[in-house]
Amino acid sequence: MEINQTLYRKRRMANSVGLTLSMASMALGLTVLLWILFVLLSNGLAAIDLNMFTQDTPAPGTEGGGLRNAIVGSLMMLGFTVLFSTPIGILAGIYLSEYGDTSKTAEVTRFVTDIMLSAPSIVLGLFVYAIAVATVGGFSGWAGTLALSLIAVPVIVRTTENMLRLVPGGLREAAFALGAPRWKVSTMVTLRAAKSGVMTGLLLAIARISGETAPLLFTALNNQFFNADMSKPMANLPVVIFQFAMSPYENWIRLAWGGALLITLAVLVLNILARVFFREKVAA
Amino acid sequence: MTVPDDAPAQTGNPQMISIARRQRLQDIFFHRITQAFSLLVLIALMGIIVSLFINAWPAFQKFGLHFIWYVEWDIINEEFGAAIAIVGTLASAGIALLIAVPLAFGIALFLTETCPVWLRRPLGTAIELLAAVPSIIYGMFGLFVFAPLFADYFQVPVQKLMSGMPLIGFLFGGSTNGMGILAAGIVLAFMVLPFVAAVMRDVFEIVPPILRESAYGLGCTTWEVVRRVVLPYTQKGVVGGVMLGLGRALGETMAVTFVIGNANRMPTSLFSPGTSIASTLANEFGEAADFHISALFALGFLLFVITFVVLGLAKWMIVRAEKAKGI
Repeated sequence: MEINQTLYRKRRMANSVGLTLSMASMALGLTVLLWILFVLLSNGLAAIDLNMFTQDTPAPGTEGGGLRNAIVGSLMMLGFTVLFSTPIGILAGIYLSEYGDTSKTAEVTRFVTDIMLSAPSIVLGLFVYAIAVATVGGFSGWAGTLALSLIAVPVIVRTTENMLRLVPGGLREAAFALGAPRWKVSTMVTLRAAKSGVMTGLLLAIARISGETAPLLFTALNNQFFNADMSKPMANLPVVIFQFAMSPYENWIRLAWGGALLITLAVLVLNILARVFFREKVAA
Repeated sequence: MTVPDDAPAQTGNPQMISIARRQRLQDIFFHRITQAFSLLVLIALMGIIVSLFINAWPAFQKFGLHFIWYVEWDIINEEFGAAIAIVGTLASAGIALLIAVPLAFGIALFLTETCPVWLRRPLGTAIELLAAVPSIIYGMFGLFVFAPLFADYFQVPVQKLMSGMPLIGFLFGGSTNGMGILAAGIVLAFMVLPFVAAVMRDVFEIVPPILRESAYGLGCTTWEVVRRVVLPYTQKGVVGGVMLGLGRALGETMAVTFVIGNANRMPTSLFSPGTSIASTLANEFGEAADFHISALFALGFLLFVITFVVLGLAKWMIVRAEKAKGI
């Protein structure tokens, strides 16, 4: 048997060129991740000190100051968002998974949820501005919470649904056979079996919204002072970072890096936690 | 759901019947309540479209459809058109995809074919973590780290080299301060890269091993297996992933706002500053009043419609790809 040497060589060449390029793109992706982390650490660590957590955002052009009001504002809005969107997201997820196989509504809802997952977050901010800020209360922490919930709910709905679908049907049937009503099966058997998966979704949702800036720009706005009243404009880390990073003041830019490092670390830790939760689930 | 209801009724025990009846009511209640919550998502979507349109109506009324291709954004004289922002949005997102898609394909190929098995999970996780980094971080990174390097090591030499060329020289004119459409596109590319790569890897993984193995058995090289077996088999899913990335790139605010230059002029070259719909909103909405607000709402409405169509198509293609594979 004869082998066409030129063709063979050409194919081998194409193969090694393709694979090398693929490895190069992987290396590039990793480099970007490490580079971003390195830049964040080298600029942010210098800004992180006790003052950052105990003092409020400084006036333009002044020295010192911290991010206390922004950190508290972010945590409060995140907390309320989780409080509101968790039950909504989980119940909607139960509907899609337990009742949603046959109904047209469920199919449409699933489609819409998927679109909302990637919808431009700034438009969600516009929407909340139109229905809540312009009409009733003005800029407020509640408006920010509403905007963040619009992003968090679809994430929770979809992960809850997917996790519930992983629960074997035999488990549901066994519970039905014992005479359990459907709502008890859904909440006490299926949901419980999928608990760690649902937690994963929740953590991913928190990670997703904790860095969101655009929807807060016209809803929670910003506040130079410490404020724990959700019905007033509220400082929050992402908007403060945006404002400070775009400013010409060195002190502000320093604080922006510190805030950026805080957010990124929080988001990465949440993501890794979510993965650990999910792996336990798969192992069990 | 009828199983637990009927059985006790036959025994005729009144206590059991009442329990069954109560449980049945609870079931109906539970069904409706979960349904109501899932409908909330639909209502939110409707609410977004309707409220954006209502607020944008004054602008649409004044300019009509002309708004879309009107090249003007004059706040003082209240002359508004979306063309500048739409061009900026499409150009930056287009550049982002041109860069991100080949890279994402390379990463997906590496993760599914060449990567040693023990490394697949950690490297896959690393890419997913890259997707989790908030977009404002990409923006800051773009502004403080990428833009200065880009100006010194790309814009200046490339401009020297290319600006004299006929036909394409104009693409590389303008200032070389590191900002502009191309810079925004590159930063966006790194932001959407992990999303596209993750979808591609997932669809590559659903290719039945037997197809791959048959191709290898015939003597195909890895490149040929991916190029001629895996890629055609997963075509729709790959296109869906690319569209998903496009949807993200179109609507991204922070990564773009920091580096696009924020100028309300029609960009004339790859280096010239421009603006995207999202960055115009982020920059101007806070200080806008009256008619200006309405024009900004009109921009937001257009952005939502564009991304809705793109994401809808993406979703449809991914679903079709999965259905074709019987998953």
